[in-house]
Amino acid sequence: MSVLVYIESQDQQIKKSSLEVAAYGRAVADAMDTSLIAVTFGLADSDLLSHYGVDKVCNVQTEGAAYFNLSRHSSTLARVASEEEATVLIVSGSANGRYLGPAVAMKFEATYFSNVIGLPLSFAPLKVKRSCFTNKAFSYSTSHKEKVVLSLAANTYGIFEKKGNMDQVTVQYAPNASTLEVVSEEKSTQQVSIADAEIVVSGGRGLKGPENWHLIEDLAAVLGAATACSKPVSDMGWRPHSEHVGQTGKPVASNLYIAIGVSGAIQHLAGINSSKIKVIINNDPEAPFFKAADYGVVGDAFEVVPVLIEKLKTLKGN
Amino acid sequence: MKILVCISQVPDTTSKINFIEDNKAFDNQGITYVINPNDEFGLTKSIKLQQQEQAEVVVASVGDASADAILRKCLAIGADRAVRIDTLPQDGLYVAHQLASFAAEEAFDLIITGRESIDYNGGMVGAMLAELLQIPFVTNCIYLEKKGAEIHLEREIDGGKEKLKGEFPLVIGAQKGLVEEKDLIIPNMRGIMQARQKPLTIRAAEELAASSSTLYYEKPPAKGPVKLVDPENLDALIDLLQNEANAL
Repeated sequence: MSVLVYIESQDQQIKKSSLEVAAYGRAVADAMDTSLIAVTFGLADSDLLSHYGVDKVCNVQTEGAAYFNLSRHSSTLARVASEEEATVLIVSGSANGRYLGPAVAMKFEATYFSNVIGLPLSFAPLKVKRSCFTNKAFSYSTSHKEKVVLSLAANTYGIFEKKGNMDQVTVQYAPNASTLEVVSEEKSTQQVSIADAEIVVSGGRGLKGPENWHLIEDLAAVLGAATACSKPVSDMGWRPHSEHVGQTGKPVASNLYIAIGVSGAIQHLAGINSSKIKVIINNDPEAPFFKAADYGVVGDAFEVVPVLIEKLKTLKGN
Repeated sequence: MKILVCISQVPDTTSKINFIEDNKAFDNQGITYVINPNDEFGLTKSIKLQQQEQAEVVVASVGDASADAILRKCLAIGADRAVRIDTLPQDGLYVAHQLASFAAEEAFDLIITGRESIDYNGGMVGAMLAELLQIPFVTNCIYLEKKGAEIHLEREIDGGKEKLKGEFPLVIGAQKGLVEEKDLIIPNMRGIMQARQKPLTIRAAEELAASSSTLYYEKPPAKGPVKLVDPENLDALIDLLQNEANAL
């Protein structure tokens, strides 16, 4: 028996969401009194994982393969999981994690649960809490199979260090069984993606037009935040669809979510509900967002935001 | 070219979510059901391909008779025929098995599911269907174009997108971006009239055991009131974010 975690890296750096998965995997392994095994792909140096309670790391030699490959990644993970007699396999809630999870679950003959929140409530049978109805509710679900694949909801568990000895082995990358081929990857010019950002600054229709987006961008820049927008803003073409957050757009689970000139339609609030602290700046005190926010400023964004940017610049400058 | 679009009916996006029977069942009262938004982006794409490539569009849903209205709407939007697999969805794998047993009987070039449903948010049916049928899968699909035998696709990833090349048959998980919001088709009277003449077949379900069960639901705890900060005193906001919320 063992617990397996999929470790995702980008530019040879382990993603923060994967460190969270490692810490979570350690707690699951402790509860099951078994060992934690991590699987990395094309990562030159995986020593960092020994700080997060990983007992053994299997480094998959991708031999220069530049891109994520669903067929090869899922076959490799399922094979390692079988060899290590894993009963729990954990992936993050990243785009690749959620792409991989159900495919591995099929190859590994396991039950798949996405959006898992917190540690399993029991292990035999396995019972988990997960978010559903786009963050409007939780469900408690149980598996009828012995093996499970869990996709951990982003930024819900936390990252905890636990240093120890870690074995390292090299494993082979499974051959490609798919006609699909990744041609190229295009990263947006944003420094940090909405999925990985600690802070997200989001603008709504209250900003009156795309020409005023410097307010959002400048505030985001001083906070090191990602920028986002409401559905009407992306529908009107003020901002690209990739910035649309909400029920039919991207989910947000940042530590801090600052909404400016967003009214707070139920679909928008559902999508950002997993963020820990929510701030709204809006001149309409009746805007529904004020009911969902932790902190609010009733005021004109065009007056409030420039002052806020200056104050934060002074603060960060010190 | 033959396309299967898998449709799930979900509570309208403005719905307030409640549970009944000791929180073991979803409360249908006052709920309007709609085509899952991600499925609707996929359906709209299939109608574009129907017009460009003379593709045949088949829609399928796993559900009881309550799903018929949604399937009729898909026919009014332009699908050629509909199939309802007559059983209640148990979990994602169960639905994928039911759809796979139907899809295996017809040679579909392209199978479209939504990237996830907005009710159970499982995000697994497309991937599982692809595994069962042993064909490739692209989720979070925001672009698909047929160029001869080559299919060009884009998948949205964290902080960008990935361009892919493949060939049919394929399964994709559709989302906004595959078509634009303004491209969504509102059925007109002619479409609604035609839909009545189009076939909606009821298919018996496979006997399967579910691999998981939902035991009960819970709603998030009620939120405390918002703390309002004077717009003339933004230092107070920064102080709260720094020292009370530990968020800066």
